[in-house]
Amino acid sequence: MMKLLIKGGNLIDPVKKRAIISDVLVDGGKIVATGTDLEVDGAMVVNVPGKLVVPGFVDLHVHLREPGFEASETIATGTLAAARGGFTSVACMPNTNPVADNSAVIIFIRARAKEKGVVNVFPVGAITTGSKGEELCEMAGLKEAGAVALSDDGRTVANAAVMYRAMQYARMIGLPIIAHCEDVNLSAKGVMHEGYVSTILGLTGIPAAAEEVMVARDIILAEATGCPLHIAHVSAAGSVRLIRQARARGVTVTAEATPHHFTLTDQAVAGFDTNTKVNPPLRTADDVQAVRNGLRDGTIDVIATDHAPHAPEEKDVEYENAPFGMAGLETAVGLVWTELVNTGILTPWEAVAKMTVNPARILGIPKGELVLGADADITVIDPAWEEEVDPKQFAGKGRNTPFTGRLLKGLPVITVVGGKIVFKRGVEF
Amino acid sequence: MKLKRKDLLGLAGLETQEINLILDTAVPMKEIASRPVKKVPVLRGRTIVNIFYEPSTRTRVSFELAAKHLSADSINIPAAASSVVKGESIKDTARTIAAMGADVVVIRHPLAGAAQLLAGTVEAAVINAGDGAREHPTQGLLDMFTVREKKGTLAGLKVAIIGDILHSRVARSNIWGFLKMGAQVAICGPATMMPPEINRTGAVVYHRIEDALEGADVIMMLRIQRERQKAGLFPSLREYSRLFGLNRERLFLAKPDALVMHPGPVNRGVEITGEVADHPRSVINEQVTNGVAVRMAILYLFAGGGTDDEAAD
Repeated sequence: MMKLLIKGGNLIDPVKKRAIISDVLVDGGKIVATGTDLEVDGAMVVNVPGKLVVPGFVDLHVHLREPGFEASETIATGTLAAARGGFTSVACMPNTNPVADNSAVIIFIRARAKEKGVVNVFPVGAITTGSKGEELCEMAGLKEAGAVALSDDGRTVANAAVMYRAMQYARMIGLPIIAHCEDVNLSAKGVMHEGYVSTILGLTGIPAAAEEVMVARDIILAEATGCPLHIAHVSAAGSVRLIRQARARGVTVTAEATPHHFTLTDQAVAGFDTNTKVNPPLRTADDVQAVRNGLRDGTIDVIATDHAPHAPEEKDVEYENAPFGMAGLETAVGLVWTELVNTGILTPWEAVAKMTVNPARILGIPKGELVLGADADITVIDPAWEEEVDPKQFAGKGRNTPFTGRLLKGLPVITVVGGKIVFKRGVEF
Repeated sequence: MKLKRKDLLGLAGLETQEINLILDTAVPMKEIASRPVKKVPVLRGRTIVNIFYEPSTRTRVSFELAAKHLSADSINIPAAASSVVKGESIKDTARTIAAMGADVVVIRHPLAGAAQLLAGTVEAAVINAGDGAREHPTQGLLDMFTVREKKGTLAGLKVAIIGDILHSRVARSNIWGFLKMGAQVAICGPATMMPPEINRTGAVVYHRIEDALEGADVIMMLRIQRERQKAGLFPSLREYSRLFGLNRERLFLAKPDALVMHPGPVNRGVEITGEVADHPRSVINEQVTNGVAVRMAILYLFAGGGTDDEAAD
């Protein structure tokens, strides 16, 4: 493999919380040198002055839909979407068909990713068999096969006793639990946030309490067991408050927010666009503000997409009949920059930390830092690049975005995985 | 004055002038519907398709009669409940309708937003005959027509709507409609069947029926569905009736000339006693009669047939 020299960029270090102008030299898929004015014979040179060079982004929460739902996405297309979105590593949720509740499925996903994947794929195993919330999976087997975390994402482990045992066991095994917090008795047949907008649309609401009671329960169980708990897709102000309080007293809980939950409110549902249907639902302006505050004060350590692609015909139906989920990989970085960095809510290194070193540490994977000897997973961001979201340009199969036509500023322009350029936006480099 | 839209999806988006136009047009329509020969040729050659994904004898027959009085060709597509399963979108139906060359499509659907989805897919005018809990604009308009006929105006009246507001598209359409026309709207029902933040519409929320009825010019009772009890929304019909039912004693809390209304079908002895349903102040049967006239006006206006003068003849 040819050496790669990324020259003149602004190197963002999310650990040291600083930006310095530095070249990065890549050889043999590793970072071999950093510093100014590096000159290397025979290296492919990419000049990126004025652009931000960051560790390749890690998305802790995606759905690649393979095996089982290949009409919506595959490991090949989902990782193409990741590359175009600036992500070099993704953790894929186990709600495939079959469910990734045994080592064979984990091994299949890793093999498929090795063969067809464009970025690194880290599978998440299920907590319970079939994600039915009843019997524990063979967690040791899942870990040996390569699972980096456990989750019944898409569902909640409804039975508190099962979750309690799962946390005790997962802690012993050494895997974090990623909790999808939703009391299904409260969310019931709801399709959007319960509030004024659901009232006037006549759609069944999902109260914020449906999330908050489960966040509270899982925090209590994490505190009781000492198991590292990661709360997926925080959407409600009350959840942010509960997590903040728990962290203050030292509970091993981390949390993520999605770009749609820090950007959109339930008002977006008013036109019955099924691309706004997502679980947990888009909530109120107060909730969006609370999520942003949580991101700013560190209560929420991770930004993850919950990339949930669906085939167009699945979404082209009545609102109540549409499946939950949005494609997120290809708009995430642009939304983070437009909504959080350009507005001053997060510094560039804080934003980068939430998509690199923080998720990598939660998952225990050797990613997310640009240090000598590290895998050469690198993303280059052009903070001045403006582009309207156009799902027709998406690399993945999932085109179900509520952001069509939205102007984003600050987009990934080069994605490097293991020293190889896997995506370039435009041709000017 | 012309309508400003292709479709009648709800009263939330309608302008006051448009509501007045429809109500004014319904006046001559009512006269036509009361003639011995109830037929005018204003929509001759026009095709109206009625698609009802929910059983509704009352509304469907009302639309059918309205179409026949105006000489339109109307077709009923009884959509079986089984076709409302996931994966069979009304968009498929819409393509069929477009191929038939319908001028107006009247749709009743159990899901909110279904009429809007259809409207965005077909060129025909879409009339929402009820979509989930969202809106039932033709019911709202016939209720306003009935009240206007009796009271002369809607402005300044106090309208009390009592019952399961959460699941009621009739309540939503009436809240939007009456508020736009300058009436006050009081809504009352159990806390478990009151949609959140409904007060932001401008309606005033009560949980004691006595408070809601005080000084009311119009009392609109909503049908309570028994299955809501199974869903845990209220303890028993007995207690519901005791707290929220309209009886003779409570009727006297409203103004002496208050109208009693109900969109039907009535659960006698539950939300309203038989005695009050049949009371001289009850206009429940007139609502049904007026429903035909108002739907004639709506079909006429949305099919764009003839001129205003023609209808008035």
